[in-house]
Amino acid sequence: MDYFLELFLGGLTRGSIYALIALGYTMVYGIIGLINFAHGEIYMLGAFTGLIVASLLTVFGLNQYAILVLASLVAMVYAAAYGYTVEKIAYRPLRQASRLSPLISAIGMSIFLQNYVRLAQTSDFLPFPALIPDLAFMEPYAHIIGSAELVILLVTAMVMLLLTAVIRFTRIGRAMRATAQDKGMAMLVGVDVNRVISITFMIGSALAALGGVLIASHIGQINFAIGFIAGIKAFTAAVLGGIGSIPGAVLGGFVLGCTESFATGYVSSDYEDVFAFGLLVLILVFRPAGILGRAAAEKV
Amino acid sequence: MTDAGKESGGMTTARAVRRSLLVSLWFMFLTLPILVIRVNPVAQEIVWRWRNLFLIGVGSFVLSLVGQFLTHRQTRRTPSLTPGRLAIFRQRCMREPQIYVPFLLCAVLTTLLFPWFFSTYQTNIMTTALMYVVLGLGLNIVVGLAGLLDLGYVAFYAVGAYSYALLNHHFGLGFWAALPIGAGLAALFGILLGFPVLRLRGDYLAIVTLGFGEIIRLILENWNEFSFGPSGIANIPRPGFFGLDLSLAGATVYLYYLMIGLVLFTIFVVNRLQNSRIGRAWIALREDELACQAMGIDKTRTKLTAFALGATWAGMVGVIFAAKTTFINPPSFTFLESAMILAIVVLGGMGSIAGVVIAALVLILLPEYLRAFAEYRMLLFGAVLVIMMIFRPQGLISSARRAYKFMPVPVAAGRNKRHGTAADH
Repeated sequence: MDYFLELFLGGLTRGSIYALIALGYTMVYGIIGLINFAHGEIYMLGAFTGLIVASLLTVFGLNQYAILVLASLVAMVYAAAYGYTVEKIAYRPLRQASRLSPLISAIGMSIFLQNYVRLAQTSDFLPFPALIPDLAFMEPYAHIIGSAELVILLVTAMVMLLLTAVIRFTRIGRAMRATAQDKGMAMLVGVDVNRVISITFMIGSALAALGGVLIASHIGQINFAIGFIAGIKAFTAAVLGGIGSIPGAVLGGFVLGCTESFATGYVSSDYEDVFAFGLLVLILVFRPAGILGRAAAEKV
Repeated sequence: MTDAGKESGGMTTARAVRRSLLVSLWFMFLTLPILVIRVNPVAQEIVWRWRNLFLIGVGSFVLSLVGQFLTHRQTRRTPSLTPGRLAIFRQRCMREPQIYVPFLLCAVLTTLLFPWFFSTYQTNIMTTALMYVVLGLGLNIVVGLAGLLDLGYVAFYAVGAYSYALLNHHFGLGFWAALPIGAGLAALFGILLGFPVLRLRGDYLAIVTLGFGEIIRLILENWNEFSFGPSGIANIPRPGFFGLDLSLAGATVYLYYLMIGLVLFTIFVVNRLQNSRIGRAWIALREDELACQAMGIDKTRTKLTAFALGATWAGMVGVIFAAKTTFINPPSFTFLESAMILAIVVLGGMGSIAGVVIAALVLILLPEYLRAFAEYRMLLFGAVLVIMMIFRPQGLISSARRAYKFMPVPVAAGRNKRHGTAADH
């Protein structure tokens, strides 16, 4: 039972990171119908920025909580800046182009960003300091869930609630929903669509960076190539829940995380990624609209 | 950048400089942590590389100025209906035998005599480039003609390579026997992938094919009893020449001519396919799936043949790859390889045979000869993909579309009657 619980909570932790990244995919897809292939790379950039800031602050000798918060915040700000720039350079000029062009541009951007980090930093794995301290009151439960896992779960839940509130109740949230429904109409009623798209990219990127810093500090190492697999898996999560739907992305993340966790725990850890990809293929073939998505009829 | 050219008269140099300054500041901010600071978390060391920041600042400033200047000039120039000088020159080259025949002759002679004038090493590189030409042409069937974005093309390449390696290892099958088997197996996998994804289109298709490619690679990596895992399979024999065992140099030259033959064969087949019934069906499918179905084209069959025929070439090249390197392992078949082949198709111009050939030669040979930039190869590769999509989405050589042109008569008569009115080939 303990093993089951451990796997389940491990799966939830994993899943919440997938969910954080998946939100970026799903929000961008909801608004401009583009699979932002470079999103995984933004997550990786966020993790790297977090590592650099954390190392700097450690040298200056700040306390652990301050380092955690500051590193996450700086990583989020930088990821948002990168997301904004990527959108402006690689996607905005292609708004009117055929569907293939932005996708290929996104693949190019992804390769560019990966190699940018590889050249500027290193191609080796870098150790990532454990930013999340061990909590004393968690001691009795340590065999089921670690402190880091608990913090990740709590932070993710908080961020999700905040995001839902922003989208539901604020002005920019309303503008985002309007743009997602009908870009032309939104423009007509005075929504600055370009600004909304930029902000969507920035929010998605910041969430991915938060996920990147949290999971990197949990796993303990990063590398310039981590974005690719994480990106594909997060995309799987987004599709699983129904792409374009925000609760769907969260649900999809949890389902994917738990599936992976149980599959590696009970079947075999060699095929961890195969399970994720297999799930993606199955979902797309049998229920392309996802768990919470609705199949849209095509207008001719 | 958006309002840079709105009023062509209003843009002054000062404004342009201020804009570029802002752009350069932005990029300096953006690259600050990654490019300037390098940490060593173990030794708690921090290296500051301020020189990089300076370079980025100056570089982005200059690039932004040049970019603004170019867009400014472009908006000032009135768009003309007449084709540019370059386009006319290209048309003349294609049309007039006294220009293109010597060119072709030269090209044919160079390719035929290449192994005699260059070293084994050079010939080897050329063979690799030719392999990518065939891969590009194969993927061109799927992406360029049928419009199905396949990001897992490398899986079929792997199927071909592993079928030769395994068949040889277990049953001692030779190269020539494995070639059709590898191609057939790859085609089978193509259909296998094709069936479940028939209903998907566009982005979803891209992701599923990507997943498929990764699954194949991961299985090859983990299923040790079947594929010998990450250590790969070594000692794969090179193709024999009518029972003769060739020396290393001899085998290289032999493979080179083999590839030349395969490239010519591929070009011939793809060219014939393009103008066939099924080729037209692919193009119709690419342009509009619904309209294509309404015209009575069997969507299932058309898509499956595209996948199968595309995969066949990858399978064949896979067999040749295994024979050429005599050693294969899963890391040769990553997503990057798929991206590379896709880049060849995109850069060449989707659906254009000449474009794909040129793009493959450029993309594979250029990095080989620019060893100094080898480090930056992938960085440039990514950037080129983005830049091409923005400035020239139709590729180096856009495929001429068969279309009837309805040109207004005065424009056509005013220029040259031969150009305007005829059906454009």
